[in-house]
Amino acid sequence: MTIINTPIAANPELAASSLETMWKIRRFEEAVEDLYGRGLMHGTMHLSIGQEAVPTGACLALNRDDYITSTHRGHGHCIAKGADMERMMAELLAKETGYCRGRGGSMHIADTETGNLGANGIVAGGVPIATGAALSAKMRGTKQVAVSFHGDGAMGEGAWHEGVVLAAMWQLPVVFLCENNLYGMSMSSEKAFNLEKLSDRARGYGIPGVTVDGNDVQAVYDATQEAVDRARNGGGPTFIEAKTYRWRGHSKSDKNLYRTRDEIDEWRGKDPIPLFEAQALAAGGLTQADIDAVRDKVRTELRSAVQRANAAPDATADDLLSAVYAR
Amino acid sequence: MTIETTAAQSAAAPAASAETAVMTYSEAIRDAMRIAMAKDPAVFIMGEDVGTYGGAFGVTGELINEIGPERIRDTTISELGIMGAGVGAAMTGMRPIVEIQFSDFTAQAMDQIANQAAKIHFMLGGAVNVPMVIRAPGGSGTGAAAQHSQSLEAWFVHIPGLKVVMPATADDAKGLLLSAIDDPNPVMVIEHKLLYKTSGDVRVGDIRTPLGVAAVPREGKDLTIIATGIEVSRALEAAEILAADGIEATVVDPRTLKPLDSGTILRTVKETGRVLLVQEAVRTLGFMSEVSAIIAESDAFGYLRAPIKRLAGLDIPIPYAPKLERASVPQVEDIVKAATDLVREW
Repeated sequence: MTIINTPIAANPELAASSLETMWKIRRFEEAVEDLYGRGLMHGTMHLSIGQEAVPTGACLALNRDDYITSTHRGHGHCIAKGADMERMMAELLAKETGYCRGRGGSMHIADTETGNLGANGIVAGGVPIATGAALSAKMRGTKQVAVSFHGDGAMGEGAWHEGVVLAAMWQLPVVFLCENNLYGMSMSSEKAFNLEKLSDRARGYGIPGVTVDGNDVQAVYDATQEAVDRARNGGGPTFIEAKTYRWRGHSKSDKNLYRTRDEIDEWRGKDPIPLFEAQALAAGGLTQADIDAVRDKVRTELRSAVQRANAAPDATADDLLSAVYAR
Repeated sequence: MTIETTAAQSAAAPAASAETAVMTYSEAIRDAMRIAMAKDPAVFIMGEDVGTYGGAFGVTGELINEIGPERIRDTTISELGIMGAGVGAAMTGMRPIVEIQFSDFTAQAMDQIANQAAKIHFMLGGAVNVPMVIRAPGGSGTGAAAQHSQSLEAWFVHIPGLKVVMPATADDAKGLLLSAIDDPNPVMVIEHKLLYKTSGDVRVGDIRTPLGVAAVPREGKDLTIIATGIEVSRALEAAEILAADGIEATVVDPRTLKPLDSGTILRTVKETGRVLLVQEAVRTLGFMSEVSAIIAESDAFGYLRAPIKRLAGLDIPIPYAPKLERASVPQVEDIVKAATDLVREW
């Protein structure tokens, strides 16, 4: 990816693609929520509605062959890195054509073609894996970078600590990108960590750390691009805290007892999508007609993805035993 | 599906070398790693003190001087991080060999072993492989007490997605490790710390012991002793003593616990009609409990002249004091007594 010097909102092509990515994530998750609510989808899922600017801005700084590790709340990372919504939807609908052939579901979608090493059902599980992918890139002499998306909750895990310690020691090309959506399930990150900013912790690991507005695509992109450049040029890991907010509950069991309606409403007022649309209109990157065209395009694409995924054959149990080991 | 394939899982080995050299178990492991690293730049070693220190048990030795610190990679004391880095490297084109100083410390790394390495291939619909090797010494006998002496193989056998090997000889330590490095799956290699300094004839060069094939180092007509790890050498020593007393034992070393060569086990049990199962690990729900069930569920059951007998570690943490430690796990004399009883009473 060449470095983008003009603001994203002023660049017609990038503004359209960024907006499209955010709408894809939003519409995908709204569709998932609707299908689940109507009893047409099974299992559980964790929605990132309200957080779309983080993966959108971050993945804009990445090449197709750069790696990401993702989380249980991973639909956004997956889409932003370039995954196919139909195959994602097929996975959630338990179809044979899904990314994991119905064996993984929402929490385990990976798309190796686009460098996505997988969502993860274990909090911070992907952090040391990203360290390993970065180690591999360094040892193979490629210029690939790994980005570990994780939540604020992950910063209470030992895996986070160990993954960062090794990456710092070896100065690996990895970016630890914390989506601080203010809650690890119900535990507020403010209560959990005795820090003004989570990025203050980076110093203790001997790596640069920065906190940005996670609802601003440009801010996330700028911070990620700087970190990625540093990583690619041998400057080692960076920690980024992107402050954002999860509109929906942690999962379907969440009764929102730990936060107020006012707080949720306040953050709904900071919706990253209209924020970006306003920036693009003001900067001249997009007209209202362009914005409408993006929305229409995504709506059509998603409808078709759901229809085609629904029509696909169900995942089959025929070869389960032979699928455990690679040959 | 209890009974698994007996087919060798490994890639075809290069032409077998008839030539052998006497090596320690430890040297044989080092030889295997040296051979694998010379052949494939993707293979590297990562672990605590594997560099200049040479490994907690000296297994990597001076490899760092030959191969350098990039591929003999010293880590911080971070078992979970090391294991996760191994998983990430394995998913992206490398073939890491992760050394864990004592198998007990895999408890620290268990999320990455059980929830990540073992499941990724299946959970991601076969899109990715995790070709990594985890080497870790298990077993008691060094006075290191409860947190450095366990035999945890059953933990790993119980997790679909892992392969598990327990080499009992120097030659198998080399041959099984080379097969494990070839394998596209995570393979847990449980070495035994009392075996590191034992010697044996080891095939020279780039040899293999296929995964999923048991060894039968001794054949006899009176009973079958199936043993793993350190108990294989104890079983063979016991068999010598038994022979002097007129009892001829077959000794079977499964070598690979997962996938298990149940064919060889059932064949030898049918031949002798009596079976003694010996493991160092604690008795309850140990590996031999599964072997017992496999025999009991098979047509070999009809050949049994005596109940299946298990000889195992006591259901206790390994104690420190030498006498107590020795009393905690099956010794040669325990095997001799159990085998004699089995043959004389039935």
